Order: sequence, then C-alpha cells, then structure tokens
Amino acid sequence: MSQADLLDQDPVFQLKGSMLAITIMELVHDDLERLDRQLTDKVAQAPAFFQNTPLVLALDKLPESQTTLDLAALMAVCRRHGLRTLAIRASRAELVAAADALDLPVLPPSGARERPIEPGGERKREPEKPAQPDVRPTRVITTPVRGGQQVYAPGGDLLVLAPVSPGAELLADGNIHVYAPLRGRALAGVKGNPAARIFCQQLAAELVSVAGQYKVADDLRRDPLWGQAVQINLSGDVLNITRL
Amino acid sequence: MAKILVVTSGKGGVGKTTSSAAIGTGLALRGHKTVIVDFDVGLRNLDLIMGCERRVVYDFVNVINGEATLTQALIKDKRLENLYVLAASQTRDKDALTQEGVGKVIDELAKTFEYVVCDSPAGIEKGAHLAMYFADEAIVVTNPEVSSVRDSDRMLGLLASKSRRAEQGLEPIKERLLLTRYNPERVTKGEMLGVEDVEEILAINLLGVIPESQAVLKASNQGVPVILDDQSDAGQAYSDAVDRLLGKEMPHRFLDVQKKGFLQRLFGGRE
Repeated sequence: MSQADLLDQDPVFQLKGSMLAITIMELVHDDLERLDRQLTDKVAQAPAFFQNTPLVLALDKLPESQTTLDLAALMAVCRRHGLRTLAIRASRAELVAAADALDLPVLPPSGARERPIEPGGERKREPEKPAQPDVRPTRVITTPVRGGQQVYAPGGDLLVLAPVSPGAELLADGNIHVYAPLRGRALAGVKGNPAARIFCQQLAAELVSVAGQYKVADDLRRDPLWGQAVQINLSGDVLNITRL
Repeated sequence: MAKILVVTSGKGGVGKTTSSAAIGTGLALRGHKTVIVDFDVGLRNLDLIMGCERRVVYDFVNVINGEATLTQALIKDKRLENLYVLAASQTRDKDALTQEGVGKVIDELAKTFEYVVCDSPAGIEKGAHLAMYFADEAIVVTNPEVSSVRDSDRMLGLLASKSRRAEQGLEPIKERLLLTRYNPERVTKGEMLGVEDVEEILAINLLGVIPESQAVLKASNQGVPVILDDQSDAGQAYSDAVDRLLGKEMPHRFLDVQKKGFLQRLFGGRE
C-alpha cells in the first residue's frame, strides 16, 4: 500500500454527542414590535448576556389564530439584540415550511425540563424551599487569602483551597480546613464550640485557636510538627496538634 | 481597547516609579502608544525619572479640576515618539484626587493610548487605591525582604477585593510579580529572600527579576529610564519583563551569582 492509500484510510472526522445549555425563546405572541421593545428592555438589564447568544426559537406555544408570523423578520429582530437563531421548534406545517425555506433546522416540540431563566442574574430565582436542616453550608474559598483580609464562616465550616498569608485571619463557628500553607491566623469554634478543629496541609500559622484556647507562632514553632500537615483539636484546656 | 496597568507595592522605595518609567518606555520602544500617569500627588517623582521635570506646566490634578485639557497636560517624551507622561501635582495632596475625576481621565486616555501605566504612590490609602481601582493588570513591585513581601501581599488582597473589576464582578485583575533589587550573592548567603521564597508566599505569576544595579541610580539621576541603558543588567532585565508582559516567553536571567573573573578577583570587583 502506498503512503497515499494509508492516509486515505485515516478518519477525517468523529461524530460526538454533547449536551449544551441553550437559551430558548418561547413566543406566545406574534407582535414583533412589542417583542422588539421588550427585548430592548431585557438587553438593558444584562448587556453581557446578549452577545451572540445561541438561541432556539420555540414557536409551538403560539396560539393557532396567529399564523401570520414572518420568520425572517423575527430572526432579524433577535439578531439585532445579539441573539442568533440556531433552530426553531415548531410542529405547524406552515412554520416548518418557512424554516425549510430559510435552511433552518426544525426541532420537535418541547418535552418538560425547561425552566425560565432571568438573564439579569440570580436574584429573581426563588425555588420553593425544602425544609432546611439547621446546618449552614461550608464556606469555600479558592483564592489566596492575603494579609489584612478576614474571612468568617458563620455557623459552619470554612474550607480554603489556597495559601493563607501572614496577617490574614480565618474565623469559623465550625471547623477550618486549609489545603495549602496556613501562614496567617486561624480561629475555629469562635462562638465557643470546643469540638471544632483546624486542619491544614502546612502548619506555619501566626496563631491557632479553638473555642478561645490559643497558641501563638512562638509556641507553635517549637512543635516538631511545625511545617507539617496537622490537625488541631481541643481536649480539656489543651490544644493538641497531631499529624494528619 | 487600551490596557490599564498599575505599578504598585504597598511599601515605599521598592522601585515603583523606576519600574513604571522602565516598563512604560519599554512598551513605547516596542511601538505601543503609551502614557505613564503619576498618581503620587504631593510627592511627584516620575517627571524626574523620565527627565521631563522642566516641561511640566499642567498636571493630573489640573485636568481633574478642569483647569487644563488632557492635551495641554500630557508631556511628550523627547526620545520616543509613542511615549507621554502625565505628571502629578506637587502643591496638592492625595485628597485632590476623586474617583470620578480619575475615572474620567483614565477613560479619556484609554481612547487614544494602547497602554496606560499608573504609577501608584506607596501605602494603601486614597492615592494608591485610586491608582489601582481602574486597572486591568497589576505589576506588584517587591523587594526580596520580608516587610516588602508582606506589604505586597496586603496590596494583592486589595487588588482582589477593592478594584472596579472586583466590585463589578468582572474577571479579576491580572496580577504579576516584579522582584526588584535582587542580589543573588546575598541570597546565597541567606541574607535575602530567594525568588522561589517570594513566589511561594505571594503565589502569583513572576513577571521579572531586576538585579540590584548601579545603573538604576545613575539612570534616575540622569532622568533616563534605565531600560534605555541596554548595556546594563537592570536595563536588560526590564526589557525581558516588558517582552513577557506582551506575552513572549523569555527565560529569567540574572538569578545566579556571577563568577568573578581572575583579574576581578585579584583587584576586587565593586560590590
């Protein structure tokens, strides 16, 4: 076989499936002028959201009576506001024909599992609350905590995934976990929970405290576990430092 | 779209103004239209380092107060076509700066310049805050000693929480470390923090290491940005840093102790 033949066998493509989050615009009225006006207001709320946003136009909720919809004009309105139509969703024959004429894919009408989205942010989303257990979520910090910064996790644990600099202060009503060097101060159980613990990957702290019992760097440095991965807990009045 | 760079440190005397002048000049040398803005109202120095102190008529505060236009206040560099300086006022203090006024001037500069280099004053008060507030990228100048590293760390915290980008929830300011006055010999002796130590504590991208050099003082006194002295180690190190700023991969130089030659050892080189 020649080189060219071998190359000829090489696959040129791969087909893959993927789930994408796509914005769907459900039209309930065919008044394009009103749509234009209302879109303008929406765009003003969240300009960043409307920048070449892929869009599926759902026309299956349009009332039967409104059949005069001009699909090309509708797409032009969307385009003007930064929404780019990928496909339409419709079942009515005249709409399918119109989409075919524009070479636009037609998707089958919707199943369930769609929820309205507010491009302005999350402030309007209010799901019905399930009965909340009396536990506050863990506060997770992923960026370095710098000197002069103070991070408090009220009512729960604090989890830090980046270095804590000298002069920084971590406070939690629960436990404190630092998966990086701990060079600042860490105060667990600040409201007096003696069962709180401090975990860190490298003990280099200026001060550690559990429920008010503390040790400063001078004491910590003398500990053979200085610089090691340790946990710190309170037994009686004594802070115990043990290797992890 | 113009890039707003802030050169900041927290601590004074670490080389912010020297670095602002060198980096601004370096950007202009590479063909980018650049302006360097002195935010150190009341203690202005940038004009001296840039050698344009005798041509300052209007300054930053005049522009903010509407007493002069930006075009009147911008001082064109005599050496480079693309380089301008906006001097600070010497007779006022930091309270003369307002967030609104500074924002207006920066927006105006961003229309005509590719790079706006803001030379921050020391400290973390109003002047320093306003210098970094509008920044897209920050160059944190640090000396290899503990107090400077701690102040830089504090500054990094402020960059991440008190800037416009942080307040508007935009992509955070890109932070870069510029280690200045580095002396490899003293690092080997254990008298100075090494590059790795500082990088480990601050945990940010290293833009460059500028060696301690006679050339810097000489350049300052002559009013010539040290980057124009391409024979000097500091000038070359700044040049590398500017290339890195523009996205080029450059190996870090001047990190190791230079072996003294036979004659130098015999007659004793200058420390």
